[in-house]
Amino acid sequence: MSDRDAKDVVSHTDPNATNTVPGQEPSLGDGEATRRGLKKARMPWVRAFDAVSAWWRSLPTAARWTGYLLMLVLAFALPNIPGLGDIMAPGSSWQRILFFPIGIYILLALGLNVVVGYAGLLDLGFVAFYAIGAYSMAVLGTKFGWGFWEVLPVGIGIAMFAGLLLGSPTLRLRGDYLAIVTLGFGEIIRVTATNTDYLGGPRGINNIPRPPSIGDISWLKYGVLDSRPYYYLVVVVIVIVIIIMKRLEKSRVGRSWTAIREDEDAAQLMGVPTLKFKLWAFTVGAAVGGAAGVIFASANAAIRPTDFPFILSATILAAVVLGGAGNLPGVILGAFLVAWLPEVARGFSQYRVLVFGAVLVILMIFRPQGIWPSRIRAAEFKEGEGGIGRLGGEVGVVRSQAGTADS
Amino acid sequence: MSNFFSQFWASTIDGLTQGGIYALIALGYTLVYGVLRLINFAHSEIFMIGTFTTVGVIALFGVTSPLTGLGLFLFLLVAALAAAFVSGTSAVILERVAYRPLRRRGATQLAALISAIGASLFLQQAFSLRWPDTVGTERVMDKTVIATIGSGLLRADKLLVIVGAIAMMLILDRLVNRTRFGRAIRATAQSADTATLMGVNIDRVIMLTFLIGGAMAGVAGMLYIVFFEVTTFAVGFVLGIKAFTAAVLGGIGNLRGALLGGLSLGLIEEYGASIVGSQWKDVIAFSVLVLVLMFRPTGLLGESLGKARA
Repeated sequence: MSDRDAKDVVSHTDPNATNTVPGQEPSLGDGEATRRGLKKARMPWVRAFDAVSAWWRSLPTAARWTGYLLMLVLAFALPNIPGLGDIMAPGSSWQRILFFPIGIYILLALGLNVVVGYAGLLDLGFVAFYAIGAYSMAVLGTKFGWGFWEVLPVGIGIAMFAGLLLGSPTLRLRGDYLAIVTLGFGEIIRVTATNTDYLGGPRGINNIPRPPSIGDISWLKYGVLDSRPYYYLVVVVIVIVIIIMKRLEKSRVGRSWTAIREDEDAAQLMGVPTLKFKLWAFTVGAAVGGAAGVIFASANAAIRPTDFPFILSATILAAVVLGGAGNLPGVILGAFLVAWLPEVARGFSQYRVLVFGAVLVILMIFRPQGIWPSRIRAAEFKEGEGGIGRLGGEVGVVRSQAGTADS
Repeated sequence: MSNFFSQFWASTIDGLTQGGIYALIALGYTLVYGVLRLINFAHSEIFMIGTFTTVGVIALFGVTSPLTGLGLFLFLLVAALAAAFVSGTSAVILERVAYRPLRRRGATQLAALISAIGASLFLQQAFSLRWPDTVGTERVMDKTVIATIGSGLLRADKLLVIVGAIAMMLILDRLVNRTRFGRAIRATAQSADTATLMGVNIDRVIMLTFLIGGAMAGVAGMLYIVFFEVTTFAVGFVLGIKAFTAAVLGGIGNLRGALLGGLSLGLIEEYGASIVGSQWKDVIAFSVLVLVLMFRPTGLLGESLGKARA
């Protein structure tokens, strides 16, 4: 990366930028470089999404809040709209797939988005935190008699601790090594669960307590047949996570993540404690993954090590990148597509993964920035970096020089 | 612990055999990574294609009983060439379809990695449609015991894998360090831009890198079949991860590192398994990886395809 690029990058992620007016995008998009990048971009699709978000921001606060409220109402109405299930999920239960895979995938993608989308760290073993959350629920629920609501915070805490434990040695490593180490970590967790009798071995753990029913309302009774209560639970958690993410995005932490993603060395030079904030990204992501695991285990009542394969990590990563890493609506859209499309394609189920693989390749060729990228991310992609280095070229030289200085 | 000592020599032989296969696959990862800074995730599927090609060659030869002497030698030669050719060609096609368009658009490493995962899924599933179950073959090589070292029995097929891996590595090392083409690879690994300015045809270098890496994976697939006599569409997944671990362990981008990393990973796994039980093999392998990266982030021999001396 040349000096000029580095300057451009820094200019629109000034760590000392003052707090922005609430409800308004921070001044990131105003940088000359970004605007030039966007003009060069010539991406009609991005512009269309861009126009939508600009229009959305131009609305008065009251209108936007009404909009949020409407979306929430829609989310709650989704499983109850008659006829929708026949269109969206012919041949399977719409209400069930709304909870799993759709709801859980969205939650996982929101968690992974912190690591990949915000901080630009490549995590190929995100499923590990999901598994840790699920096994926390299973063990504490069946062996210690804890209820769902007691386990939820503890499970999140354990997942965060695991994130810290994995992160502190490995986050000193650069991109690709991090990818392979996290992948290894995901496998270690799965193999350990398979080999540990206390965790039920390959057969897993059954009879995990379900969440206690709330009052006497039919759609809040957590039983076997009705999937809606679990879906509502996951929607509430997703909404809370989105609010937290939005707050984090604009905070000092979020700006540090952006700086690290765009150029870690520059960020370090500007006084961003990069290791600390990378650890934060890992633990926050792990917390969301852990929460998803607790909910999944409690709703499913039984878990097995095979519920947490590597392919799930890859799928969630694909969801994040497909939708547009770093942009919450994009990530949610990506997770929805990745979870929902295979359900629609059930008719030719044996070709599902085949088509999924081909779609990934095609999408990366034609839209590497994702379907709905954030404006900053789109501009970064245009500058040829996208935060994680370019294929071939100078990145390698910098690294091999660092290697000699080391030895 | 007593197992460790009583099985020491057996573990050593098994570890070197397993490590030899890791090393051959790792060579492909290391080459491509050195030149493109890309984890070629679909490389494990290139290996898988090599195993299936070998199964096909065995069927073509009409092998019904283990071969000996000249027949065996001819078979190994033909199978190795066929597997190397098919795997190498597949790797080149893979590069054309899944990586080159991204490279042209200056895509990010993350995009390339996703594309690689996509290609890997595609290839695996394509094979699973045709061969959904395990595919076994006739035995082509007698498992004769050549020598006894302590508690270990050195079998002919194990020796073949170990010697084969080291021989391939020597050939490749010579190719990269001694030939004009090898110089082009090293130049590209150091700086693709500068290499272009010096008149190196980057596209051709990358294509040939994939070809060689793929061919190595093909030979690894051939040796794997001779040794294990069975394969599935998913055979590459764990082996691929282990091989990449081996490449990182030895210092990615470093050919000798790949060999050293592969052999040591195989040994560590077997020694570890003899102490705590073989179901913990994968955990041992990855724990070692994390430890090595913590204390020596560039691997045992350092990352240096570009820096290898001419």
